[in-house]
Amino acid sequence: MNEPTRRITVTVNGTEHEREVPVRLSLVDFLRETLRLTGTHVGCEHGICGACSVLLDGDPVRSCLMFAVQADGHAVTTVEGLCAAEGRMSVLQDSFCEAHGLQCGYCTPGMLVASHALLDKNPSPTAQQVREAISGNLCRCTGYQQIVDAVLLAASRRSGAAN
Amino acid sequence: MAEKTSPYGFRYIGAKRRTKEDPRFVTGRGRYAADVQLHGMLHVAIVASPYPSARIRSIDAQAARAAPGVHYVLTGEELCSQIDSLYIGVDAPKVKRYPLARDVVRYAGEWVVAVVAETRAQAEDAAELVEVDYESLPCVVDPEEAIRPDAVQVHPDHGGNVLFHRRFVWGEVDEAFARAQHRLSFRARWGRSATVPIETFVALAQWDAGNEIMDVWASIQMPKFPEQLARALRMPANAMRVHFDVDVGGSYGVKRGIKHTLLVCWLARRLGRPVRFLEDRLENMRGGDMHGPDRIFDMQVAFDGDGIVRAWKIRALDDVGAYAGRSPLQLGKPVSAICGPYRIPAVEYEPISVMTHKTPQEAVRGFGQSPTNFAMECTMDRVARFLGMDRVELRRRNLIRHDEFPYRIPSGTTYDSGDYHAVLDKALAAADYPALLERREAARRAGRLAGIGVSTCLEPSGGNSSFEPLFNPKNETTTWMDSCLVRVDLNGTITGVMGTSSSGQGHQTLVSTVLGEIFERDPSGIRVVHADSLNALPSNSPVGSRMAIMLGGAAAGAARRIRDNLMAIAAHNLGVAASDLEYRNGDISVAGQPDRLLTWDQLVEIAHRKYHCMPPGMEPGLQAQFVWEVPTGGTLPTADGQVQMYPCYSFEVHVVYVEIDPDTGKPDLQRYVVGHDCGVMINPDIVHGMTCGGVAHGVGAALYEKFSFSDEGQLLAGTFMDYLIPSSLEVPAIDIVDHCTPSPLTTFGQKGSGEAGYLGGPAGIACAINDALAPVGAAIAQTPMSHLALWSLIQAPRDAGQRAA
Repeated sequence: MNEPTRRITVTVNGTEHEREVPVRLSLVDFLRETLRLTGTHVGCEHGICGACSVLLDGDPVRSCLMFAVQADGHAVTTVEGLCAAEGRMSVLQDSFCEAHGLQCGYCTPGMLVASHALLDKNPSPTAQQVREAISGNLCRCTGYQQIVDAVLLAASRRSGAAN
Repeated sequence: MAEKTSPYGFRYIGAKRRTKEDPRFVTGRGRYAADVQLHGMLHVAIVASPYPSARIRSIDAQAARAAPGVHYVLTGEELCSQIDSLYIGVDAPKVKRYPLARDVVRYAGEWVVAVVAETRAQAEDAAELVEVDYESLPCVVDPEEAIRPDAVQVHPDHGGNVLFHRRFVWGEVDEAFARAQHRLSFRARWGRSATVPIETFVALAQWDAGNEIMDVWASIQMPKFPEQLARALRMPANAMRVHFDVDVGGSYGVKRGIKHTLLVCWLARRLGRPVRFLEDRLENMRGGDMHGPDRIFDMQVAFDGDGIVRAWKIRALDDVGAYAGRSPLQLGKPVSAICGPYRIPAVEYEPISVMTHKTPQEAVRGFGQSPTNFAMECTMDRVARFLGMDRVELRRRNLIRHDEFPYRIPSGTTYDSGDYHAVLDKALAAADYPALLERREAARRAGRLAGIGVSTCLEPSGGNSSFEPLFNPKNETTTWMDSCLVRVDLNGTITGVMGTSSSGQGHQTLVSTVLGEIFERDPSGIRVVHADSLNALPSNSPVGSRMAIMLGGAAAGAARRIRDNLMAIAAHNLGVAASDLEYRNGDISVAGQPDRLLTWDQLVEIAHRKYHCMPPGMEPGLQAQFVWEVPTGGTLPTADGQVQMYPCYSFEVHVVYVEIDPDTGKPDLQRYVVGHDCGVMINPDIVHGMTCGGVAHGVGAALYEKFSFSDEGQLLAGTFMDYLIPSSLEVPAIDIVDHCTPSPLTTFGQKGSGEAGYLGGPAGIACAINDALAPVGAAIAQTPMSHLALWSLIQAPRDAGQRAA
């Protein structure tokens, strides 16, 4: 049995990648195993935990529920792509460090993707709006509190920088 | 967030400091076991039993072997003949346990066949082609049925399903029951849940044939892991090289992964290729062997009209599932705090560990203490309700007083320190308890179901695993040491080496902070690395809330040895006694003569290059190791089962305000305050984070999470669609109020905190729920207190009322 494949072109973190992939390859396995971008994590493989969240054309999606071929012609941003220039931390990433909005780090890429998408649409969210925005991402370490603190800190720092 | 400066007067300990670990995680540069990719790596898929109890008649793997990419199909028959059974915590040698079942299966989900292929997808495709012919056998899933002599036996060779059963009596229990003015009894039930990390188990092994070394990368938190693997594989332990530098994506007790790792090790050696098993979530839930305690508590309490508890009796029946690892020992830890934070002079404790045809139990955060705390706090609330006494006042009357420490409890452990009344007062003040009472009354007047819970619970920490000899006389474990190696290199930079992996606890931050404190050097420049098991000093892994105490203490001990050497070098070169010297920021000068000085760089250079300038007899270089025995450890239990089990006792108060929607049974945790005393906090942000995370686990265990089984032994909650993990919308905002009663037993006064929040959370939530239910005459003493369970309780009187009408 020959595995059916298809040639796809996906822009990941600004770089175009052309690959021949099995049609059943999930997007998260494409990112992790093919492109070796291991910042995106796999938690449940059935679309609940949110650990595999990436941005697809700017919107958060579950990369475990998408096939790589579905990303053909689209732009994907992973946690590695959230960094500022030269791999420096973004304000959001830096705020997660300042508020210690993580422990084991496993859900963190998904949390960053979800809160990055939130702040893009709503630069000054309330705590409740942050909780709603990350409610599709499960964390077992933090009880979410310091994650909420981190996102609010990032929002205030970003608005302060804009003023 | 924490204060910029240390509230304890330390330089770095207790002050707000960013962690060492966070930057790599927020930039996607963590390195978890699944991120390690080796050339030629093969992948494993599992064929699991659909039956909870069956005989394996035959296995036909012909089609699987012929499938694309398949390298090997391994059955239990082949594997079990070449390895030894896994370690068991109690004396039950006939309860054999292997990675793959042989002849019979004992739970639905048990691994039967392993398929190895070029890719994970090919392995899974081929696994579906394996045909196993089973003969279904009777099963036992109810633990009360399982302890009967005529029950179906999970391991017939063992003779019965009971793994451990003993009745401990400490103090004059029967006399106290006879004399007391009142007695109450009830049953509490702790449902089977677990901490369920977001990362599943991952194990990767590579056999280095040239050096005859097995290299292992695994997501584990397991004491004596390399030795257990080596013993089962019949290999010398010095042929196992476990790489502790992988990041572990959460554990909270459960990441034991011994059978997973054993399987890939055997396959890697057999096939001469690296082999990885990456568990998917379904596999993790049914066959990962990580379910938590599953207990029936029968509680009896004797007390007087003034609310003073005279004695209690606790019978705890724990369903450990089909096999035993360390799980029966989870009934042992509560011995260390068997009277809770209360002055109860007489206690009877009857732990019973029983096997059923269910997924095996493994260690879960708190190692059995949280369920026990839940049962104890339900007891205290029932006593108060019986007497019509305020529940807080009842606790105040029974709590051990600050001036009574160190306090010896009936089961032989001495609590190190505490100020329970002060923490309780602080928590109530932070919650504005009078306003909370008013809020509850207003809600009730408006017809809503509102309740307040207050729990006062202990977190035993830094343990020496004394439950091992207590539950197995053949086991004489009296130490549970941990260690640290510290080096100052020729260039003067400092490195700490630890011998275990981390799963989010921030051990690099811990060690660097401690080293910075002792050396008076900035922790941000101090490197902390995880050794592998062949170059590590002994460690017992971060179990039992122990690393702040044990690793922190070991790091401090090693640093002090180096500092002493620096002082000796300075004394020798400055021509004065060490006692006449002053150490400041790594530089050493003669007291009162700051010009007579040797700088850090000069001292380091002497140690590394100038042997002629060193004191006679001192070894060159600047390195020290320190292996620390658990404070108060070192003794075996007495004949009646008294033992000093844990050295340090953290304390937490939970104040919870809940309203329950009567139409849906949904509880809404509207206010949550934790008063917490774990002594000196080395990094407050880490402690607060773990406490909030513990509360979240508590919310899950109390209200949502359960590995339900059907009466036929089938797991009914095997995905995140039906095993409900609380999200940011279920976990409330949490206010933490700190208090510090330093431990007299530890280096800086620190106690453990890794189980904080979880140990008092379910108890506090249960107290709040029951307070909310009281006006409708309902009560609940089981977890999870699901929406359905609460709705049913609320509806019952309504339905009865409608029928009466």
